[in-house]
Amino acid sequence: MIRIEQLRFAWPGERADCLALEHLEVPAGKLLFLHGPSGSGKSTLLGLVAGVLLPRQGKVELLGVDWGTLAPSRRDARRADHVGYIFQQFNLLPYLSALDNVLLPCRFSSRRRARAQLHAGSAHAAAAELLQRVGLGQSTWGRPAALLSVGQQQRVAAARAMIGSPEVMIADEPTSALDTELRESFLELLLGACRATGSTLIFVSHDRQLATRFDMQVSLAQLNHAATTQASA
Amino acid sequence: MRALLHLAAHSAWNRRATLSLVVLSVALATLLLLSLERMRSSVRSSFSQSVSGTDLVLGARTGSVQLMLYAVFHIGAATNNIRIDSVRAIGQHRAVQWIVPLSLGDSHHAMPVLGTTPEYFRRFQYGERTALQLAQGRAFAGTLDGLYEAVLGAEVASALGYTLGQSLTLNHGSGPAGTSAGLEPEHDDKPFSVVGILARTGTPVDRTVHVSLEAIEALHLEWAGGAPMPGLKIAADQARKFDLAPKRVTAALIGLKSRAAVFAVQRHIAEFADEPLLAVLPGVALDELWDVVGIGEEALLGMSAMVALVSLAGLIAVVLAGLNERRRELAVLRAVGAGPRHIAALLAVEGSLIVLIGAGLGALLSVAFIAAAGPWVQSRFGITLQLSAPTLSQWLLLGAIVASGLLASLVPGWRAYRLSLADGLSPKS
Repeated sequence: MIRIEQLRFAWPGERADCLALEHLEVPAGKLLFLHGPSGSGKSTLLGLVAGVLLPRQGKVELLGVDWGTLAPSRRDARRADHVGYIFQQFNLLPYLSALDNVLLPCRFSSRRRARAQLHAGSAHAAAAELLQRVGLGQSTWGRPAALLSVGQQQRVAAARAMIGSPEVMIADEPTSALDTELRESFLELLLGACRATGSTLIFVSHDRQLATRFDMQVSLAQLNHAATTQASA
Repeated sequence: MRALLHLAAHSAWNRRATLSLVVLSVALATLLLLSLERMRSSVRSSFSQSVSGTDLVLGARTGSVQLMLYAVFHIGAATNNIRIDSVRAIGQHRAVQWIVPLSLGDSHHAMPVLGTTPEYFRRFQYGERTALQLAQGRAFAGTLDGLYEAVLGAEVASALGYTLGQSLTLNHGSGPAGTSAGLEPEHDDKPFSVVGILARTGTPVDRTVHVSLEAIEALHLEWAGGAPMPGLKIAADQARKFDLAPKRVTAALIGLKSRAAVFAVQRHIAEFADEPLLAVLPGVALDELWDVVGIGEEALLGMSAMVALVSLAGLIAVVLAGLNERRRELAVLRAVGAGPRHIAALLAVEGSLIVLIGAGLGALLSVAFIAAAGPWVQSRFGITLQLSAPTLSQWLLLGAIVASGLLASLVPGWRAYRLSLADGLSPKS
């Protein structure tokens, strides 16, 4: 599903690598917990897995295809088709309604639109079903995302990542902006949804308490042997 | 692409307050440029149509621009007068339909006095062959009874507050009047009464006091060599007993039966045996004159180009400044599958729309402005602002605004492209 080999990555304009990984493999349908202190290159690694960034050396494969062999526009299309992404916060376009935010991937990927239609009859119905599933009532659907609470926004983000059932879900500290109670219920919801659809999940967090509920856990600090560990949080 | 347009529309609506200011500044720059250009071409055409329907202007031999200056604009003085006999002789030419003599040299409150015949009011045309119109009263009679009658241009009447029946005196020469040394002597012994006021034309006619040729003669009966003869006084009524037929005039306007004969008549006048004469084609001479006085228009155009430049720079600045706040938005778009090219397109589309809307709004405003201010400008300055289809140069200006706006909106697009490549999914600031 996801395979990383001999990866070296440096930000443009910087000499030292910020990531150096020999091997990491996540089988299909597995839920991976990736932890590491902030600044250890977690977000950068996720950018590489999502094909937004390319390694200086080595390869990052998603569904058996090395991102490095694809043209930029093919990478964008492939990401839209197969990857659902959740940020730490500010996941939504503030000027779109909750429903329109969930529908965003279907605008960029006809594959996900088709799968959503297959599943629920229409992309709109699929989005509605997902919003319902993450516990957002109909009254919130038409509301601009900017007017939702942080907890609601994260749930909309989860619904958006899940629409059209992408094979890979990537979550970059999605619970760190939530308080403990919300964190539990959000995690429950995300893990449940991934298990139900058979999606592979890469979940990044610095909070190791969450790790027990995942199939695998990896410490980036141990995995990454780059000389400097300066990277974006 | 439709997904992008939908997003661009929503995103722009979300920032409508800022963006509408940019639209407004583009619109104002467009309004300024287009209106100035319209004004410029109108002033130019008003100027070049200061006289129309006149085929030739006749005067003593001098420069053609100089002849136009005093015969049409009543500025400066003629170096030589021409004999009325010569004027009559040329009027006999078979191609000549009419000839109206003009006599200049006196003034009233620094406004020129023109001695002519009543035919002047029928023959003189300006603009698109518009005849003179009397706003009030009638033309002077040109008879002995009506010797001291004057017809005022619109500007003379409004600047000096004259009405029909008012009495006024003229003074000699074109400077300020008075009795002490250095000031021009007055013709205060022979007052005129206002019998007519002309409608505004936007031509030098507005600043002119019109009297008959005979009145000019009467004013100067007791004068010799440009000064009153000491001790000689001829009362206004007595003057009627003298021979008031003019001997010399300053210039004449000539209308031909057919324009085709204009060069033949011009040559005939140039070869006139009795005295050296000159005839010029008013259109050609006015164009020459415009080349001299038209420098200001270039400055105007340059200034409005600067205004357009500044507002486009503002457009770039606003969009670039907003870009940092939008990096999160761009990252979200990247995460759901938009490429850097989509993001660059998003910004370029937004910028282009702003420019197009701004330029369109500006063009509409300029039409509205010309429609609203046109009548006022016409009555105040005599410049006809026509609400016609855009001229070629207006199209060019509009095109230049839109083109430079599109170029300007590429700058933020390019910057967004670079940023989204460099940021990955997590914006650094």
